[in-house]
Amino acid sequence: MTTKLLEARDLCAFYGSTQALFGVAFGIDAGGITTLLGANGAGKTTTLRALSGMLRTSGDVHFDGHSIAGRATEDIVRLGIAHVPEGRGTFVRLTVEENLHLGATTRRDRAGIAADIERVFVYFPRLKERRDQQAGTLSGGEQQMLAIARALMLRPRLMLLDEPSFGLAPLLVQELFAILRRLNQDEGVSLLLVEQNASLALDLADSAYLLETGRVVMAGPAPEIRKDEGIRRAYLGY
Amino acid sequence: MELFLHQFLAGLATGGIYALMALAIVMIYQAIDSLNFAQGEMAMFSTFIAWQLLQWQLPFWAAFFLTIAIAFVGGFVIERVVFKPLRHAHQLAHIVVFIALFAIINSMAGFLWDFSIKSFPSPFGSHPLFGQRLISAHDAGMIGVTLIILALLYGFFRYTRVGLSMRAAAANPESARLVGVRVGRMVALGWGMAAAIGSVAGMMIAPVVFLEPNMMNSILLYGFAGAVVGGLTSPGGAVIGGFAVGVIENLAGTFVPYVGRELKLSIALVLIVAVLTVKPSGLFGERIVNRV
Repeated sequence: MTTKLLEARDLCAFYGSTQALFGVAFGIDAGGITTLLGANGAGKTTTLRALSGMLRTSGDVHFDGHSIAGRATEDIVRLGIAHVPEGRGTFVRLTVEENLHLGATTRRDRAGIAADIERVFVYFPRLKERRDQQAGTLSGGEQQMLAIARALMLRPRLMLLDEPSFGLAPLLVQELFAILRRLNQDEGVSLLLVEQNASLALDLADSAYLLETGRVVMAGPAPEIRKDEGIRRAYLGY
Repeated sequence: MELFLHQFLAGLATGGIYALMALAIVMIYQAIDSLNFAQGEMAMFSTFIAWQLLQWQLPFWAAFFLTIAIAFVGGFVIERVVFKPLRHAHQLAHIVVFIALFAIINSMAGFLWDFSIKSFPSPFGSHPLFGQRLISAHDAGMIGVTLIILALLYGFFRYTRVGLSMRAAAANPESARLVGVRVGRMVALGWGMAAAIGSVAGMMIAPVVFLEPNMMNSILLYGFAGAVVGGLTSPGGAVIGGFAVGVIENLAGTFVPYVGRELKLSIALVLIVAVLTVKPSGLFGERIVNRV
């Protein structure tokens, strides 16, 4: 049994009085890539939002020895969980560089922040060319890069990625996923990936959870999930 | 020509005050999407505090800066105590509270300092500047103070980390939280700054309109006009709008027949209606467009 970086038990989440998650349990290996699969409305985004403290929840979430269930988003971020939200959450009126600085809001080491900005530019050279542009003028792909770069500025232990491939051209998606793999290997960032594109996600991930209407219905190592007959039909489409 | 220039400069001077009020209004509007009807009363109350400090023989500039600090704390506390619990409340609730604050602060000032009209000293004097007739020393001083405040604010928002966090919190609170910005604290900070800016406007205009509990009513209306003309989503636009309203009001009062002194205030209303009809987002405001 490997150590879990994050462990959720009996996690329920609510939008107002509507319950969206029903006792979800899962774990994320330290240094690993975990993916949440499922159809539209299965509760993938909800799970990420629950982990970040953006919803009313009940149940247990432990991250790196801390109980984070019910804590404020701002405090969860400070423990090293970076959330790249659905729709990227770009500050469109601010420049690329200001967006990156915001990613380092919780840090106080000026020199380290400046060095890290140059470091993320190595991963995302196109952002460097556009560092003084308003982020809203970037293309969708560039904004997704910016969202990931901004999350990296936190120096996170765990990154939550909500459909990073959404709306991107296939070539860009491949580039993006190659970068995610490098981030995982070189920077040691654990990833929790939510994807509609199950095939892509299973290629990248070590382990996978399948959500259906707010419940985990299947879990296992990614290669095994890929082989499963039902998954193949329903989510991989062959 | 000289009359025109004289009126133009006087318009710029009062326009600066409107610009400050407009800016204070926009700062709070950005944070909670409501217009702060009590902004003027907060400024008036601060000015009374300054007057009281002066009565206690404090030098003018000491009273000036102390008042700014008190106003800042006051604005911060009002947000924490009154508005934080209403964060998720309907906008109408905000409006009701603003009206309540208006009434409470207004009568508090009347209760503490009575409703008699008091004179408020100008640190610049009312004599003509350098002995010419174009602009008075106080008008020039008002323009100077306004520009200094605007430059300080620009530097703060453009070059400091807190300023950047405040802009992020206003633009996209959810994303701001996800990078660790303490959005609630930023909102309270915005309230404090808006109150402080308003206090400067109050202390600068008090020598002109005299100090009494209703002194800011018309000033606030001009401030609203400035904010609407420039655009409620654009701090820079609100400032330009404020200056523009001051100049237009003064020139129209002088050169348009029948307007004179009595109908000046209606110009603000005409401007508000005209802008809302033709370009609801204001001259520099952002149209709300959702990109998918």
